[in-house]
Amino acid sequence: MKNNSLNKRRWRTFRKNKRGHYSLILFTLLFGVSLFAEVLSNDKPYLIQYQGSYYYPLFKAYPETVFGGDFATETDYRDPYILDILTGNGNKVYFPLNPYGYNSINFDLNQPVPSSPSRENYLGTDDRGRDVLARLIYGFRLSVLFGFALTLVGTILGILAGSIQGYFGGRTDLMFQRFIEIWGAMPELYLLIIFASIFKPSVLLLLILLSMFGWMGLSDYVRAEFLKGRNMEYVLAAKALGVGNLTIMYRHLLPNGMTPVITFLPFRMSGSILALTSLDFLGLGVPPSTPSLGELLAQGKANIDAWWLSLSTFVVLVGTLILLIFIGEALREAFDPRR
Amino acid sequence: MDSNTSNISNSETRENTVLEAVELTRHYSVPQGILRKALTLKALRGVSFSLRPATTLALVGESGCGKSTLARLITLIEQPTSGELRIDGINTATARGAELKQCRSKVQIIFQDPYGSLNPRQKVGRALEEPLLVNTRQKKKERQQAARKMLALVGLQPEHYDRYPHMFSGGQRQRIAVARALMLQPEILVLDEPVSALDVSIQAQILNLLADIQQEYKLAYIFISHDLSVVQHIADEVMVMYLGSPVEIAERATLFSDPRHPYTRALLSATPVADPFHKKERIMLKGELPSPIAPPAGCAFHPRCPEVMDICRTDAPALRDIGSCRVACHLTADLSADDAD
Repeated sequence: MKNNSLNKRRWRTFRKNKRGHYSLILFTLLFGVSLFAEVLSNDKPYLIQYQGSYYYPLFKAYPETVFGGDFATETDYRDPYILDILTGNGNKVYFPLNPYGYNSINFDLNQPVPSSPSRENYLGTDDRGRDVLARLIYGFRLSVLFGFALTLVGTILGILAGSIQGYFGGRTDLMFQRFIEIWGAMPELYLLIIFASIFKPSVLLLLILLSMFGWMGLSDYVRAEFLKGRNMEYVLAAKALGVGNLTIMYRHLLPNGMTPVITFLPFRMSGSILALTSLDFLGLGVPPSTPSLGELLAQGKANIDAWWLSLSTFVVLVGTLILLIFIGEALREAFDPRR
Repeated sequence: MDSNTSNISNSETRENTVLEAVELTRHYSVPQGILRKALTLKALRGVSFSLRPATTLALVGESGCGKSTLARLITLIEQPTSGELRIDGINTATARGAELKQCRSKVQIIFQDPYGSLNPRQKVGRALEEPLLVNTRQKKKERQQAARKMLALVGLQPEHYDRYPHMFSGGQRQRIAVARALMLQPEILVLDEPVSALDVSIQAQILNLLADIQQEYKLAYIFISHDLSVVQHIADEVMVMYLGSPVEIAERATLFSDPRHPYTRALLSATPVADPFHKKERIMLKGELPSPIAPPAGCAFHPRCPEVMDICRTDAPALRDIGSCRVACHLTADLSADDAD
């Protein structure tokens, strides 16, 4: 919606809130960087110069035999034998900044796992010898992506439910409202525990389960906006013009009812991330070996003396949530109708 | 406007009508909780009238008498509870699909509040194109052209096409509302107090615009108002409503010079006159408008009528033709059409 001076003014107000504005920039930057996690933190080198030719293991899988190994499977570039070949004899190998993937295990630690921060593992390793920094980067990305997805699905469902209730009103509204009350009274956590024991845990399953309950808070606000809007004269005028119900909802009511939806987005997002983390912490979330902040926190709790686990995860999690909340505050200020 | 009042004919030549309402009623149910039965609010209690092309019928009455409900029925925003509404001879209750669409495009409405009647998130051009988008198969370019032409017609600039409603004044917004209503080339415009939210100077502009458009496009107007001085300026025929039904229907000149119903007289006497030395007798009505949930027995007006008779408390008077006008009052019962002629 370009040329809209209202949106321009809102953007100005948003930018005037320095904290929120910088939070948005920082968050976008962090998320943008994390999208390239494979390049930043990986156990595969991005460039190998071997016997005069170049190889790009990051983008292509090479069997070990290419580099004079014994197996026809993909090369394990952290294998000391392979590394010896790749670094000696004028060959060169270039690893990413953090040469570990989220599942690569450092086998030559000189202390028991979880090992403390060292020159090899900048933030130490977890209790299976996996690099904490790598897991944090990938875990942050997964959390934010999951937050986006859950917020998107929940928002769409909330808008659908609220708009149907608000636009049609009357009996439809009444029945739907009772349904929401019953639905909202379902013990979400127990359902999740039950489902986690029936189905094979996966990110998608978690997304579906959380979405089933995540839309309810928002639908109330959308319903109120539609109830208010459906008797506005421009809606009546549209009806007199023969505009259909769906078009009226989409073209006339929704654009005027978006304020609560947009102002809630960052808060919903931080809520989603927190929900994922809590479930992972309880072991009900994503399947094992998936990088997740909650699982790292659980490890931190199990190994309370390995402070680098809990502290680094805590910083990442709290940082993410705080950034989102600052963005949300600035957004709410920008959309304040009293301005 | 004033020029074509002379050729308004009497009630005999009514076959040429664009809109005909027969005993329209509209009831709303008012829920009283789950245990008690819902009450019925009778917003309209049988309204019949017909509208000829290129004339203006004014609807007059105090708040809550059903004027706006009638407007919603005529514009097909709501369905009548009973009764028949014919637009260009098509019964709207049985019309389906294309026929209903045709009826819809023939009747358009302009609302009182120009701030509420335009979507604040929709550019003026898009608002004007929407009726064409929904009802015709015109191409984007044709629609844009039509919208710009219409803007010029209502006295706005073509470059207003890309602006949002909040960039306009009240009078300009009302012009946009007029333009939107005209996009489908309707035959009937329902004007629901179109000028009462505007400054007096702007009122005159909009009224003149409406008069020009009526002449140019031969539009029939249903003009809802409680400002009798405006009605006197614009109407050909006046229908006075009380508690959901008409009490008097007459040509403008007849109604203003010789009001027959006591309610009409009281309304007319309440019109302010801009003359400090003007002395006239003001008919003060006692009490308030009765609730449309429990309308009084007999004539709905009898609790407030200064000339109430015994029969008024028991029998509801029908709308009778008494020659110069049609009145629903027992006082004029002896003047029914056959005797008068």
